[in-house]
Amino acid sequence: QGTRDHPPAQAALRDRLLSAVVSCFKRHGAAAIDTPVLELRDTLVGKYGEGAKLIYELQDQGGELLALRYDLTVPFARYLAMNKITKMKRYHVAKVYRRDNPATTRGRFREFYQCDFDIAGQFDPMIPDAECLKIVHEILSDLQLGDFVIKVRLGGFSVPQWETVVIVLWFYTIALAVTLRPDPEVHPTSLPPHGVCAKAGLQLGHALSWEYQDLARGLDYYTGVIFEAVLLQQENEHLEEPGSVGSVAGGGRYDGLVGMFDAKGRKVPCVGVSIGIERIFSILERRLEASGEKLRTTETQVLVATPQKHLLAARMKLISELWDAGIKAEMLYKKDPKLLKQLQYCEDTGIPLAAIVGEQELADGVVKLRDVATRKEVRM
Amino acid sequence: IAKEVAKLLEMKAQLGTDEGKHKFVLKTPKGTRDFGPKEMAIRERAFRAIISCFKRHGAEVIDTPVFELKETLTGKYGEDSKLIYDLKDQGGELLSLRYDLTVPFARYLAMNKITNIKRYHIAKVYRRDNPAMTRGRYREFYQCDFDIAGQFDPMIPDAECLKIVHEILSDLQLGDFVIKVNDRRILDGMFAVCGVPDSKFRTICSSVDKLDKVPWEEVRSEMVGEKGLSPEAADRIGEYVQLHGGLDLIEQLLQDPKLSQNKVAKEGLGDMKLLFEYLTLFGITGKISFDLSLARGLDYYTGVIFEAVLLQQENEHLEEPGSVGSVAGGGRYDGLVGMFDAKGRKVPCVGVSIGIERIFSILERRLEASEEKIRTTETQVLVASAQKKLLEERLRLISELWDAGIKAEMLYKKNPKLLNQLQYCEETGIPLVAIVGEQELKDGVVKLRIVATREEVNVRRESLVEEIRIRTSQC
Repeated sequence: QGTRDHPPAQAALRDRLLSAVVSCFKRHGAAAIDTPVLELRDTLVGKYGEGAKLIYELQDQGGELLALRYDLTVPFARYLAMNKITKMKRYHVAKVYRRDNPATTRGRFREFYQCDFDIAGQFDPMIPDAECLKIVHEILSDLQLGDFVIKVRLGGFSVPQWETVVIVLWFYTIALAVTLRPDPEVHPTSLPPHGVCAKAGLQLGHALSWEYQDLARGLDYYTGVIFEAVLLQQENEHLEEPGSVGSVAGGGRYDGLVGMFDAKGRKVPCVGVSIGIERIFSILERRLEASGEKLRTTETQVLVATPQKHLLAARMKLISELWDAGIKAEMLYKKDPKLLKQLQYCEDTGIPLAAIVGEQELADGVVKLRDVATRKEVRM
Repeated sequence: IAKEVAKLLEMKAQLGTDEGKHKFVLKTPKGTRDFGPKEMAIRERAFRAIISCFKRHGAEVIDTPVFELKETLTGKYGEDSKLIYDLKDQGGELLSLRYDLTVPFARYLAMNKITNIKRYHIAKVYRRDNPAMTRGRYREFYQCDFDIAGQFDPMIPDAECLKIVHEILSDLQLGDFVIKVNDRRILDGMFAVCGVPDSKFRTICSSVDKLDKVPWEEVRSEMVGEKGLSPEAADRIGEYVQLHGGLDLIEQLLQDPKLSQNKVAKEGLGDMKLLFEYLTLFGITGKISFDLSLARGLDYYTGVIFEAVLLQQENEHLEEPGSVGSVAGGGRYDGLVGMFDAKGRKVPCVGVSIGIERIFSILERRLEASEEKIRTTETQVLVASAQKKLLEERLRLISELWDAGIKAEMLYKKNPKLLNQLQYCEETGIPLVAIVGEQELKDGVVKLRIVATREEVNVRRESLVEEIRIRTSQC
């Protein structure tokens, strides 16, 4: 319940989506890591606040007490502490497990992918934070999901510090061409930025959106900047849990987490973002269905076909040559298939070409290459 | 199993120390490991070769959940069932972590009433084994499966599976290898004509399975001494299992007076001959060996079985039983999907599982031994500045580069020293540096430095992206 298989059409779409996200992470110079799906229960205890109720635990089968990972951030902190790493820029794309009551139409499953990008290390303030926002901006723009806003909240700072942080973050996001949109719903009296921006001589037209409600991220470990990206076009979605309407990415700074794992409590400041890939996936899926476009589930370039009987050997020889040359090729698993069926298979699966060898072609030492879409044939 | 676990829990309670002084240990669970950037880079290389082969053969990809209903997995793994990880009963369905990818595949086919599919699936599986991490035996490990399901003309899909193993092992350049093939029916026929009682087939089979790491004498004494087989029967088996070869051996056995009278053996041998004819057309018989000692552990194989073995051992010691240098294995399993279908409708399947963890170890060791330094990122250019107060200019330039799809980084320092920036490039293998300076900004150029040669060239800002693309495509 709450989990689903990914049949080929979905898996193909999902792979495309993950590739796009990973290519952005790589563009920013992140290295990949992977951690086990299982963690010691002790590793996860005390890190998730209310979320702890939703952790999948393994049965006590007489060994260590284990649980399935709830996110990729705590494992990352554990990894840093274990390996005594003080500086790292990493991405991690993998599944996490939560026992919420799944409302599958809204894209929250018990097993779902997260795509995380994090920067760990003591650096000059706000530069890595700004890069995280830039990454969210790039991904959401690249995927063409429609209009979005990135909401930013500052926690754990005293008011005077906010001013510096705002100005710095503001300048960096401008320099990084991250356009942040004014949120029309922000209450006017709750706007320190007015004062701050006026001081800095900036126009309010491009204000960051300040959120004073708890963004209800359900996570205890954020210590500084917190942000959440929200899609503005709802596409027939109804309101969800508070603080996460159309939420497609979120993250922030968490300077205390690694210290919780270190025996001497040594801190490693971290900032990162998690892309809500499942929600984006649902949106793309719906969009694909609506468009009627059929996504190919294979990449086969050519079908090797024979029109007459007793030509299996010729088919196998030819396809073997093509595979050995790196060509993506298929053939039907029938000794004497009808040509029509073979061409039909191409149409069904989107294979663009058919390489036909019949008795005449064999005698002449040629192959007939057929363009499936136009039906044109060429001997070569 | 429940009794054993209860005993262990009682012992734990008696020891009583755990709850009291709760000392937190910073580690991954027993039998699991993290993959750091270097390991991931190696892993990516291996997966790329494997996936591109699967795609070349027109396979679709599917994915299934990491957990299955406990009842789905029950009764499919025989003795190994005790190695399944169960999730705690937290109200709701009883779940277990998947033990392999084949049973979930069969479940998927039956659930969706699919009769025809060619799919690959790469994912982690979970076994509460006794981990021997030094020997590469984990509790969480990857499997790479390729399977063809459907009723087709005989042996064509089976031949394609072998072609795929051959392509992958050749692409990865792991050294010389051989793919042993045999058939469940030939084994069963052979046991019958040697006088093995039906009831002892499976257990004698698992003795024969040990022949790849244990000499015949030992296997023989296990069969006679422990499993109660008659010495005559054992000797007759001994004559057959030492045989291996190609089409010539198949022909010879087809003429064998005893085997040719046995129905299943004849069937198996007939199909083996057909298989070899197809493998000849695929051009791979040079690495194929029809080997009568190949038995393979799993119960669900019904026809052809095969196992790929590396011939160069590279200073390795023995691993788990039945897997000396084994890097891939599989076979035909026509009855499994039927176990999930309400009406018992069968969907014949044949498939192969690539032993990816073993391949990782080999590639890791090889990398260590070689001088090659593997990069863990793909960054093409570092955006740097030699003077102070140019952070914003760096941010602006790097943003332009990212927006054009260039892989770029910069140091997270307001005023970094040029030397540190160059050092960073050398450490991480970044080939180019784009240096912003006050004069260059005024002139509308960027200084592009080639890290390896230390040459510097002034490039107009508008041409920078193209210049970077050209220079990095030559690498």
